[in-house]
Amino acid sequence: MPDYNWPDAEHRALIGKRISRVDSPVKVSGRAKYTYDYHGANMLFGKVLRSPYAKAKIISIDTSAAEKMPGVKAVEIIQKVGTTAQWAGDEIVAVAAVDESTAEDAVRLIKVSYQPMSYLVSDAEPPAGAGEAAGPMSEDDLDDAISNQMPDAQLIQHLQEHGVSFKVDDDFLNDMKGEGASEAVLAAIRSAPYHQASGGGHSAYQKTAAQTSGDPDKAFAEAEVVSEGLYGASVIAHCCLEPHGSVSEWTDKDHLFTHISTQNVSGIAAQMAEPMGISAANIRIHQDNVGGGFGSKFAADRWDMAAARLSRKAGGKPVRIMLERDAELKVAGARPSAYARVKVAAKKDGTLTGWQSQSWGTGGPGGGGAPPIPYVFGIPNLHKEHTAIRNNIGPARAWRAPNHPQAAVITMGALDDLAAKLNMDPLDLWVKNLEITGPRRDVYREELAIAADLMGWKEKWRPRGQNISGGIARGLGLSIHTWGGRGHESDCDLTIHPDGSVDIKMGTQDLGTGTRTTIVIVAAETLGIPIEAINLYIGDTLYPPSGGSGGSTTPGGVSSSTRRAAVDAREALLAKVAPALNAQPADLECVDSTVRVKNDPSRSLNWKQACSKIGAMPVTARGHNDQVASKNHPDLTNSGVGGVGMADVEVDTETGIVKVKKMVAVQDCGLIIDLKTAESSCYGAMVMGISYALFEEKVMDQATGRMLNPNMEFYRLAGLNDIPELVVHMMTGKGYDERGVIGLGEPPVISPGAAIANAVANAIGVRVSFFPLTPDKVLAALSQTQKAGA
Amino acid sequence: MRSFEYASPVTKEQAVGLLGTTWGQAEVLAGGTDLLALMKDDVVHPKRVVNIKQIKEMTGVSVTPQGLRIGALTTLGELADNVNVVKAYPALAEAINDAASPQIRNMATLGGNLCQRPRCWYFRGGLGLLPKNESGKDLVAEGQNRYHAILGNDGPAKFVSPSSIVPVLMAYGAAIRVVGAHGARDLALQDFYVIPKTETQREHDLKPNEIVAEVILPPVHEMKVAHYEIRQKQAFDWPLAVAAVGLTMKGSQLFGSRVILGYVAPIPWRSGDGEVALNNAARIHGGISVEVAAAAAEGALQNAKPLSHNAYKVQLAKVAVKRAILKAASEGAA
Repeated sequence: MPDYNWPDAEHRALIGKRISRVDSPVKVSGRAKYTYDYHGANMLFGKVLRSPYAKAKIISIDTSAAEKMPGVKAVEIIQKVGTTAQWAGDEIVAVAAVDESTAEDAVRLIKVSYQPMSYLVSDAEPPAGAGEAAGPMSEDDLDDAISNQMPDAQLIQHLQEHGVSFKVDDDFLNDMKGEGASEAVLAAIRSAPYHQASGGGHSAYQKTAAQTSGDPDKAFAEAEVVSEGLYGASVIAHCCLEPHGSVSEWTDKDHLFTHISTQNVSGIAAQMAEPMGISAANIRIHQDNVGGGFGSKFAADRWDMAAARLSRKAGGKPVRIMLERDAELKVAGARPSAYARVKVAAKKDGTLTGWQSQSWGTGGPGGGGAPPIPYVFGIPNLHKEHTAIRNNIGPARAWRAPNHPQAAVITMGALDDLAAKLNMDPLDLWVKNLEITGPRRDVYREELAIAADLMGWKEKWRPRGQNISGGIARGLGLSIHTWGGRGHESDCDLTIHPDGSVDIKMGTQDLGTGTRTTIVIVAAETLGIPIEAINLYIGDTLYPPSGGSGGSTTPGGVSSSTRRAAVDAREALLAKVAPALNAQPADLECVDSTVRVKNDPSRSLNWKQACSKIGAMPVTARGHNDQVASKNHPDLTNSGVGGVGMADVEVDTETGIVKVKKMVAVQDCGLIIDLKTAESSCYGAMVMGISYALFEEKVMDQATGRMLNPNMEFYRLAGLNDIPELVVHMMTGKGYDERGVIGLGEPPVISPGAAIANAVANAIGVRVSFFPLTPDKVLAALSQTQKAGA
Repeated sequence: MRSFEYASPVTKEQAVGLLGTTWGQAEVLAGGTDLLALMKDDVVHPKRVVNIKQIKEMTGVSVTPQGLRIGALTTLGELADNVNVVKAYPALAEAINDAASPQIRNMATLGGNLCQRPRCWYFRGGLGLLPKNESGKDLVAEGQNRYHAILGNDGPAKFVSPSSIVPVLMAYGAAIRVVGAHGARDLALQDFYVIPKTETQREHDLKPNEIVAEVILPPVHEMKVAHYEIRQKQAFDWPLAVAAVGLTMKGSQLFGSRVILGYVAPIPWRSGDGEVALNNAARIHGGISVEVAAAAAEGALQNAKPLSHNAYKVQLAKVAVKRAILKAASEGAA
């Protein structure tokens, strides 16, 4: 069997070097094309009428005036009369017209009457005693869950555990199917146990099961020190610079062609097939570049389905629906909030012994999941409860490292407060407790030492509130984090042509994270040719399928499938070339654009001469990576990383304004394919961390039920002047390289926020509980210390 | 954006003739950095847009015995780079360079900056300048008002005046020339701003068929001017509080002062309270010091009435006043 293993360090010409992204020239020169740039011939513009209410039943819809308007080509009702709109901005009707302003005018002509209902957009701490244990689902609950796009896995699990409170019949199942319930969900409804409902209304507060391990009561009774605090992260939006959306056209009555802004090129057709009533094989999906997804672009969304339906009604002409900036911020993604009251028990030497938390948060109508707290540290005795708030802020979507940044700010904040109470340097407290961080403990130890050195931690660190001069407080904070990152399913076709040219086809996508670069580096390394010699085709369902880019699974998936395809293609080439060099294929190697005999480099052909031996037909090899490790022989990817983040901040104690002065990221991710791109991932993650720690917040208004800042002026993102010195160190070499490739999308974004929050506490001497750390909250925290001191 | 009629006059007289007699019929287009966003968001929907950029006599900066005369169509970028501004009105150049982004400063005009509409998120969300809910309750008071007014907010208007440049212009004692159907009138910039009482009024003294033609900056004699802006981001961001002060000083002695706050009230807020407190404290202490500046800041905000979510702005406004005074006093101190 050919040797697929990654080459060892002495035999790597490209892997692990600092190589600029291959798509940089087209990006910086503006030639890169995004879905937003695609304009098909005779394209129509779709616009969507959205609910002005946070919750309202649709009583009537009159589209007649819009339909009669000149220039309007199709109207599509997205939510029919009788449905309940669940958030302000929820889609009701879509219109396609010859230009944008005609479509907007037509939307204004649609008359919808609503019956407004009471709503909740707050995610404040649930009132005492509020909350119901999760119970069986009613017909309304299921209707809500499906119309709110509750993830299948979550819904199925709930049905299995809690059952339904009514007798399921075929009519109901058909209704659910019409609402878009998948076959798996329909099966789960059919087989769900029946339980009598406990009666009463449907509370916004849903308590998830309490978790206890060890003996927390004893741990707290015997604790030498107990620290208490309040920590949390607000709801933020994904705020993709290229908004969500697509352009769909019917090339004939059975064939749909969709350009879509997505993280999931190969997965979209299957989502559209059933709603469109055609087979997935009749749907082509295409995307060249995507302007940000961050976890929010895995689905063909309602507006995408609407664009395809409008196109069908308009005789197949392309219909474009790209969300406006306000819609992008209102409806296309929210990171769930998580807040917690935490108590930590410890010994005087800092050894952690117990954890207690009451947490809450919202992921919109679905409620959202509980954060994995305590995070990283496996504190032996714990008791935790979580209340999910179901409210009307719009649906949650995965956001880079789902639940981890929230878990980090809660856990690392609690441990930092404990360290302060013990008068300990938090770095010492972290190191003291590394034994309970699991299999990455030695990695953390090594990384913490490097990060401390890069930050100048030992020289700069002062106890809380003891580094204030001229009204400016300086402080340091740290956090550690973990993530999986195993490679996803991926197929790669690599072709070597008789003229020496090489192409690769793969249905993956490059989120701007360097996927293209990763693929060509692996292929070029394997074939011994320059990366420029590889023609890479991605972003289309015409190419072999490759997984969605989520959960840091792409680098492992695409590098493994590419390596396997390239090795097989190389073996096929060598078999053809061997007679010409009077050698056995096994004695040949591909190095420096030549094919040569391993121990006798004088017997060689240049790459072009060698490829001419292929014959008339090109050689194509298919490489496959399986997401199940044991099915890969050998397994070229791995799972489980550790990382450290440190922040140095300055707080103006008169204004409460926080400036980040320096950040450090130290991260492992197994074998690094492109060091430069890996470092860039960490730089970008720190910028994102500054944004969500200091600036970002989906401001929801209980008075109107609306998001108040769906724009780029009050939905603040860090700008150039807000970015300080950023230092990145990637762990490489022995102990790391031999693990194989592990993804890096999520991990580096987890710690920056928690590190900044801890640095602010260290600077001003008191905890600012919740993100974003805005002047009002910082000043309020400072005034507490002044009161306490007075 | 809705359809509209477009007119492009070449004289001021033509321009005012094309404007309507009630607000909302026509809108004036200069740099367009505010108007286009308002139109795209369907907050305003004029039947006619009157482009005034072809009116050559409204451009340019000239030095006259009355001071610097600045055509209203001068862009913020041009103004900040103007040698006379940099030399004689450095605090204005600094305030402009703190505002928006280079791209916007290259398009936005001084006249447009004076007349820009508030950034209140209820107004920008299409809920009105004095937003109310269906039962007539004040949405700003009931809702999320973290960026709203802490002074001058007794009436229905609770938005904050959006210019970060006007306070420093007022500190320099700027006047403006307004042109209408019946000719021109001059008024002090501080008299230009009014707090609207009804939804059909605007935030200034213009009639619907008047335009701002010129800004006049009087010569600076013994006055030291400084501007201080507090904002969350260092990159392009709207401020949370702005203060501009003008100190008439001989040596260390203070003879008179102007204290103007921005982003705290529906109009740029000339603070008589702050000026009295400053003048008294400076007299008692024989000059400007941290204590004097802090006393002035306390005085300036003594009548602040924060709403449910913006008490922190009182502190920020105090800091802005204090720092602006100390900055002005240290100008040219060497």
